[in-house]
Amino acid sequence: MSLKSPLRRVTYLGSAKGGSGHWFAQRVSAVALVLLGLWLVFALATMGGATHANVVAWLSSPVAASFAVLLVLVAAWHAMLGLQVVIEDYVGGKGQRLAVLLVVKFVFAVAAVIGVLSVLRIAFGVPA
Amino acid sequence: MAQRARPLSPFMHYRWQYTNTLSILHRITGVVLSLGFLLLVYWLGSAAYGPECYASALAVLGSVPAQFVLFGAAFAFCYHLLNGIRHLVFDLGHGFELRTARRSGWAVAIGAVVLGLVVWLAVRAGMGGGA
Repeated sequence: MSLKSPLRRVTYLGSAKGGSGHWFAQRVSAVALVLLGLWLVFALATMGGATHANVVAWLSSPVAASFAVLLVLVAAWHAMLGLQVVIEDYVGGKGQRLAVLLVVKFVFAVAAVIGVLSVLRIAFGVPA
Repeated sequence: MAQRARPLSPFMHYRWQYTNTLSILHRITGVVLSLGFLLLVYWLGSAAYGPECYASALAVLGSVPAQFVLFGAAFAFCYHLLNGIRHLVFDLGHGFELRTARRSGWAVAIGAVVLGLVVWLAVRAGMGGGA
């Protein structure tokens, strides 16, 4: 019988850290995107013309703007997680893989911030 | 003496099964949708810059190559949505019987084509024939 605590005995003996986190995040974001994706399709289909005035009117509603912000954030997150798996499976070479992962993650991070700020700018009143 | 044939990666000699196709399509549609997301941000961003910028973005998104991508994105959206739900059901531990899995696979494939067409036409109508 050991006097070591259970934590001390398992520490450094394998993962037990964030192994399932990526997998779970992919599923949680997927469930959210089912709703947000269908909402976007519905919103686009009922916009009544893709004029600038219509887009501004659409995102002037706080609920629509909130959903749009959520959509941008969750879609970017889901895309990052998914593309990461694809890259890890098909891009060989440690350095090459890291470089591609960084570029893709940066692109989607930038896109997410641009998307959120754009929606907020419209929601708070875009200069006509 | 002739050199013995070297072993190949498993994917080089597995026989084709419908599961391979459904699986790789999920990945391909995911990558297509990622590109579609960038187009969505481009569209939202142009609207935030004002009417002139928005008009030029609409012209870009209405061009033939962009419309081609968006047309593909409509089907990719529906396939990824339906097959994603199928996988969420798998993750809950249901639908693994061969018969059920094959049926749900076919339902996803056919549903994606039908729903994709509906989504494309509905969004096109809603956007007034433009993007």
